[in-house]
Amino acid sequence: MTTASPGLWMLAWRRLRADRIAMLALAVVTAFLLLLALSASGVVAADWEREVGVNYAPPTFMGAAAASAAVQTASVALPPNPFDPLAADIAALGRSGTVVAPAAKRTTLPFGADKWGHDIVKKTVKGAQTSIVVGLGAAVLAVVLGTLFGAFAGFYGGAVDDLFNWFYSVFTSIPAILMILTVAAVLQQKGIVTIVLILGLTGWTGPFRLIRAEYIKHKGREYVLAAHAIGASNWRKMFAHIFPNVSHVALVQLSILVVGFIKAEVILSFLGFGVPVGTVSWGSMLGEAQNELILGKWWQLAAAASAMALLVTAFSLLTDALRDALDPKLK
Amino acid sequence: MTPLLEVRNLRIRFRVDRHTSTEAVKGISFTVPANTTVALVGESGSGKSVSSLAVMGLLPRDTTSIAPGSQILFNGVDLLGLTAGQRRALCGKDIAMIFQEPMSSLNPVFTVGFQIGEVLRLHLGLSRQAARARTIALLEEVGMPDPATRIDAYPSQMSGGQQQRVMIAMAIACEPKLLIADEPTTALDVTIQKQIVELIASLQVKRQMAVLFITHDLGLVGEIADRVIVMRHGEVKEEGNATQVLETPADPYTRALLYCRPTLDARPRRLPVIDDFLSGAAGPGIALEQRTRGLTALDTPVLVVDKLCKSFFVRTGLFGKRAFKAIDDVSFTLARGKTLGIVGESGSGKTTVGLTLLRLHQASSGSAMFEGHDLISMPERAYLPYKRRIQIIFQNPYASLNPRFTVGQILLEPMRIHAIGANDRERVLLAQQLLERVGLPAAAFGRYPHEFSGGQRQRIAIARCLTMKPDILVCDESVSALDVSVQAQVLNLLQDLQDELGMSYLFISHDLAVVKYMADEVMVMQHGRVVEMADADTLYRDPQQPYTRSLLAAIPAKR
Repeated sequence: MTTASPGLWMLAWRRLRADRIAMLALAVVTAFLLLLALSASGVVAADWEREVGVNYAPPTFMGAAAASAAVQTASVALPPNPFDPLAADIAALGRSGTVVAPAAKRTTLPFGADKWGHDIVKKTVKGAQTSIVVGLGAAVLAVVLGTLFGAFAGFYGGAVDDLFNWFYSVFTSIPAILMILTVAAVLQQKGIVTIVLILGLTGWTGPFRLIRAEYIKHKGREYVLAAHAIGASNWRKMFAHIFPNVSHVALVQLSILVVGFIKAEVILSFLGFGVPVGTVSWGSMLGEAQNELILGKWWQLAAAASAMALLVTAFSLLTDALRDALDPKLK
Repeated sequence: MTPLLEVRNLRIRFRVDRHTSTEAVKGISFTVPANTTVALVGESGSGKSVSSLAVMGLLPRDTTSIAPGSQILFNGVDLLGLTAGQRRALCGKDIAMIFQEPMSSLNPVFTVGFQIGEVLRLHLGLSRQAARARTIALLEEVGMPDPATRIDAYPSQMSGGQQQRVMIAMAIACEPKLLIADEPTTALDVTIQKQIVELIASLQVKRQMAVLFITHDLGLVGEIADRVIVMRHGEVKEEGNATQVLETPADPYTRALLYCRPTLDARPRRLPVIDDFLSGAAGPGIALEQRTRGLTALDTPVLVVDKLCKSFFVRTGLFGKRAFKAIDDVSFTLARGKTLGIVGESGSGKTTVGLTLLRLHQASSGSAMFEGHDLISMPERAYLPYKRRIQIIFQNPYASLNPRFTVGQILLEPMRIHAIGANDRERVLLAQQLLERVGLPAAAFGRYPHEFSGGQRQRIAIARCLTMKPDILVCDESVSALDVSVQAQVLNLLQDLQDELGMSYLFISHDLAVVKYMADEVMVMQHGRVVEMADADTLYRDPQQPYTRSLLAAIPAKR
């Protein structure tokens, strides 16, 4: 006897497994999520704030030339300054032993160091934690809100639709940055949750519009009429019948928004509404990189940008493959 | 004399995915002589449309491949050897085509005059004024009323028949030598279909052109074609003169196509299906057991509909709205275990009657008494238990099944909602019994609707209704989208189920022959009103109203 048929998700998983690129993308995304979990629980990169290297220590693979150059500039001793008013005090402190001589700092690090000598690799890992939580969290929030509102507006139409459309118009008529600043001002707290809320509460408008249009299109389809005829509730029609048929729109929106929100966090950090002091994100790393580039210190920028590019590409490929896998019509 | 079009050994393959491809056309050869009409007949998947698209060069390049040995000779020149530019110069000028759906073949944002004029300016290099004058003449020729003003109309402002006339005007604009008509009347009402077929036939004679007429309807062929080619599964089954093929078909498949369709003058107990012909169990000489229909005094009414009205509101201006009566004062009685047929053309309100009874539309007024309760006026919550008693099978089996649900989920859902069966195990068992009852394998349970053919999907839809054991089944054009041979099978299934379970059918269709076969009583509708209602045999033998008579007269080739 054939018992319960394989569900949509089981089937999707089977199809996904057959797609080599999708599996690679899935592996990359999983690796990032694993890293996130490890860094959040303090197993890795908990000590990223220790200043382990000299400032702007170059990456190890740059070779000894760069390293020695850095050492030379660092080791040029300043000649004693006869006019220093604090010279005597410092000499006294040095003798009493209250100032601990700084630990020996490394001249090169695997991927270099930033201005304060933080290890870039650890900093990138810690930054990933913030950025992924912000990007994924805010995108999920925005898509869930947009889908929910869009489903109600599109399915019920009439006054419900008008209400949501007014709401939508209010949100979109205000310039995006102003809107973000407004929400930020209302929330009045700096933190990762705040950023997720800011981006999520302002970003639902795009998914809303698309999902609403899909629901308007689908609610008149015969399979929905048939569901009505057999007595399915409105809730069932909306989310058991129609949603699986429009889920690809939500998925594509999710992947676009994740990318957008990771970048938006950079802007927010730049404006001073971003992550609080003492927290690192890819956005804040990119912000610092602005000044460093002039000095020729490219490694922080490279680390943050390539980590971001890797995740974003893998995520886009994964959602794309997921969209195909969820469509039973495609083989 | 060389024929105008000669197709030699045409083989076309479609790529399905990276590894598999299917052969849609398997080495067919046929000729279209100048100044004759050739009909290419076949069911869906026979390769008839694919062959004609290959002649026009309209097949998608990335998924199709035409085998190297194939030749399509037009006036002695192999079209397959020409460059894209050379073919484009031929298409629209020497070879023109009309498509099935006039609504989607015309560009909705340009006036019809612009679209016809475009062909003239492009191929004949006419000036704007000359093109306009020529367009008006063409519209006049295809029988467009008041062509001088209709030239500036947009496609959406025209009826389906008028749109098809515009398509024909566009096709004959450059005096083509060959006109390919791909199911040009399938989307149209019977009375309009008759007019369009007559128009094409008269233009063929007047313009001295050849016509390749592609259709699934053998009945239509007798009215227009000189020669007939019957195709199945990408192969030519039979070829010959129209009279010979229609009257003494040599191939059993042709015979099946001819006799699977219900006719007006006979009502066999079961319609012969294609296998019967291929096995020789049925044929022109073999008499079939007949069935008598009609209401008797013993019949008990199960549904009494009285003065049912439904208005839609069309917005006019800023605040005004105008009522449009989709159905107007429709009253009828449906007897238990019997079938009431509703016939009418598009816009007659026949579908609205069905949807309103199921409360898929809210009725404006009227009543529908079922077991002493009015289905129309009761509140939504009170109606829920009645939902399982009255069910519907839609026209398009491709649209009425949720593509993301497996067949099992589709069948289990109504049973869960209405708490039929004690638990899921019992429901699964019942669902599998029903699948077997409607003639599907048990393995269908775990598969998705798109893996099935149109006829099989309609069986799934029927099984879904049967899970609720309804008293009344509304069949809304339920067999119209199906091929002739499949249609016979589904009609037989519906009839068997009625005999077995005693359901009452409300059988809605535009096809008078099918309604004659299925219905005990027939109601003819036009513009939302009931024109005539009588016992099926009485109505077809002795129609009282002129509209009914015109409908009956429009049926192609009554044999």
